[in-house]
Amino acid sequence: MPPSSTVDSAGRAATAAVSARPRRTRRAILVLGLVGAIALLALVVLLSIAVGSKQIPLSTVIDALRHYDESNTDHVIIHSLRVPRTIIGLLVGAALGLSGALMQGVTRNPLADPGILGVNGGAALFVVGGIYWFGLASLTAYVWLAFAGAAAASVAVYFLGSLGREGATPVKLALAGAALTAMLGSLTTALLISDVDTFDQFRFWSVGSLAGRGSDIASQVAPFILIGIVLSMFCGRVLNAMSLGDEVAKSLGQRVGLARLFVAVVVVLLCGAATAAAGPIGFVGLTIPHVARLITGPDYRWILPYSAVLSPILLLGSDVIGRVVALPGELQVGIVTAVIGAPFFIMLVRRRKLADL
Amino acid sequence: MTTAEEAVHIISHARAVRQARTVAVIGVLAMLVFVTFCVSLSLGDFKIPVIDVVKTLFGGGDKATEFIVNRLRLPRALTGLMVGAALGMSGAIFQSIARNPLASPDIIGVTYGASAFAVFAIVTLGMTGLAVSGFAIAGAILTAFIMYVLAWRHGVSSYRLILIGIGIGAIATSITSFLLTKARVEIAQQALIWLTGSLNGRDWSNVQAMTVTLAISAPLSVWLVHRLRILQLGDETAYGLGLRVESSRLGLIVVGVFLAAVATAAAGPIGFVAFVGPPIARRLTRSPGPAMITSALIGALVVAVSDLIAQHAFGETQLPVGVVTGVVGAPYLMYLLARTNRVGSGG
Repeated sequence: MPPSSTVDSAGRAATAAVSARPRRTRRAILVLGLVGAIALLALVVLLSIAVGSKQIPLSTVIDALRHYDESNTDHVIIHSLRVPRTIIGLLVGAALGLSGALMQGVTRNPLADPGILGVNGGAALFVVGGIYWFGLASLTAYVWLAFAGAAAASVAVYFLGSLGREGATPVKLALAGAALTAMLGSLTTALLISDVDTFDQFRFWSVGSLAGRGSDIASQVAPFILIGIVLSMFCGRVLNAMSLGDEVAKSLGQRVGLARLFVAVVVVLLCGAATAAAGPIGFVGLTIPHVARLITGPDYRWILPYSAVLSPILLLGSDVIGRVVALPGELQVGIVTAVIGAPFFIMLVRRRKLADL
Repeated sequence: MTTAEEAVHIISHARAVRQARTVAVIGVLAMLVFVTFCVSLSLGDFKIPVIDVVKTLFGGGDKATEFIVNRLRLPRALTGLMVGAALGMSGAIFQSIARNPLASPDIIGVTYGASAFAVFAIVTLGMTGLAVSGFAIAGAILTAFIMYVLAWRHGVSSYRLILIGIGIGAIATSITSFLLTKARVEIAQQALIWLTGSLNGRDWSNVQAMTVTLAISAPLSVWLVHRLRILQLGDETAYGLGLRVESSRLGLIVVGVFLAAVATAAAGPIGFVAFVGPPIARRLTRSPGPAMITSALIGALVVAVSDLIAQHAFGETQLPVGVVTGVVGAPYLMYLLARTNRVGSGG
C-alpha cells in the first residue's frame, strides 16, 4: 500500500486496506504456516539422523556432519547409513506429496493417488518380473526396473486415456489408470503365486521401506525428483484454472491438453522415482494433499508447497518411529505412515469443513 | 401437431428407444452368462457335451453326468455367478453414493477390512475354510460400521465418507502387509491366494449363503435404485425433492456392505469386479443412472469367464480366479473408454 498524504487518498487507501486485509492476513498466515512446517521438517530430519538402533548423542551427530572422522564408528554410521536414508526419505516424501497433489488436481478426483496413472502397478510388475526371470535381488537393480515399469505403464495409460474424440479427459484417465493397474496387478499376482521365492523377495519390497537404501540409490533418484520438484512449482496456476473445468480453463487461455500432459510427465518423474527408491507407498500421496487443502483452501499455488513440506514430515517421522518401536528390528515405513497418519487424517477430515475438489 | 406435442413425442420416443436398448442389453448379457455357465459345467477332467449339460440342468441327464454336473461343478459355477452379481451390484451402489467412478467397496475400505481380518485368521490363528470366511464378514461389517460412525457429523456427506474410507482402508492394508511380512513364506502365500480371490472347492453351503444374500439384497437394491437416481443429483437437490437423504444413504450402504461382505467371505476379495461392472453397464445401456441389473449381470459374466480361464487355460496349473478378473474386464473397459463419445459425464 503506497503511503498517502491527502485526506482523500488516505480514505481510499483505507477502504482498499479493509478489503485487502483478509486476503493479506490469510497470506501472512499461510506463509507463517509454511515456515513453521519447514522448521518441523528440519527437526524431523535431525531426529532421523540421530535416532536408530544405535543411540548416538546429538553432539556427535553435529560433529559428524561438520568434521567427518573416518575412524569413528558413529561418524561412519551417520555418513554411510543415516544421512543417505534421511535424504532419500526427504526426496521420496516430497515427491509423493507433490505427485499426489498434481494427480488429484489434474484428474479432479479426491480418490486419485499418485499411482493412479499405473506407476505403482507398472513398477511392481517389472520388479517381480526381474526377480522371477533374472533372479535379481538387489535394491539397486530394482530401482531401474521399477522406474522403467512406472514409465511404461503411465505412457500406456496416457495413450489409452487419450483415445477417442475428446482426448485425455480426467474421468477417462482415472478409469484407464485404474483398469491398467488392475491388469498389471493380475499379472504380478500370477507370477507371485507360481513362485514362492519371488514372493518372498517381493513382499518386503512391496511394503515400502527406506531401510538399506544407501547413497548409491540416493544419487540415482535425486536428479529425477529434483527436476520434478522444480517443474511442479510451475503447475499451480495451471491446476487452478483446470479445477474450474476444461471449458473454463480453455476460455481462460489455457491449452488444456498440453497442460495435462505436462503435469502427467512431472507426476511420472516424481512418483516413478519415489517408487523406485522406496517401493510403492500409497497413503502419503493420497492423503497429504487433502491435509494441505484443508489448511490452504483450494489454491494449488499453496497446496503444492504445503504438500511438498508436509509429506516428508509424515514419511521421515514415521520412519523414525518405525526404527524405535520394534527394536532390535524395525517396522517398514509404508506400514507406519498409514497407522500413524490415518487416525490423524480421519480426525482432520471430521474436524474441518472440507474444501471440495 | 403443435410444437409442444411434437416435443412430447420426441421425448417419449427417445425414452422408449433407451428402454428398448436396456432390455436388449440385459437379454444379451443374460444369454452370454448362461452360455458361459453351461460351458464351465461341461469342461473339466471329464468332458460333457454342452447339450447333455443343459439336459441335466433341466432334470433329464443320466446318473454319471448328473453326479459330475450337480455335485461337482454346479456349486462352484453358481457361487461364481452369484459372487460376481453381488460384487457388481455393490460396486454400482458405492459408485452412486459417492458419485465417483473410482469408488467401490475395494477402494473405500470395506474389502480391506475383510482382508485384514481374514489374513489375521490365516496367518496368526492358523485357520482355514469357513472360519476364515467368518472373520472376513466380521471384518467387513466392523470396518463399515466404524467408517459410518466416524463420518457422522450432523449427517454423513459422501465426500467425507470416502475420505474416511481411504483412511481406514490404509490402516487395514498396512496391517495386512505387516502380517504378510511377519509370517512364514508358505503361510503368507496361502494368505495371498485368499487375498487374490478363489473359487476352488466351493460347495453347496456357499451357494446357500449366496442365494439367501441375493434373495434379500437384490430386490432391496433394485427398489432403492430410484432413490439412488435422486441421490446422484447431489445432497441438496435430493433434500429439495423431499428424499430422506440420510436414511436412504444408510439403507444403501447397508445393502452394499452386506453384498460385498458375503461375496468376499465366499470367494475372497476378488478384485476389480465391483469396480468394472457399473461403468461398463452404464456405457452399454447409455443410461445416466446406476444400472443395477446390468451391473450384476456384467459382474457375473466377468467372474464366470475369468474362472473358466483360470481353471482351463493354463493346462495343469489352476490359478485363483482373482488373478484373471483384471485381465478379463480391463481391456473391455478400455475399449469402451476409447469409443465412447460422451466422456467427462457419468463415468
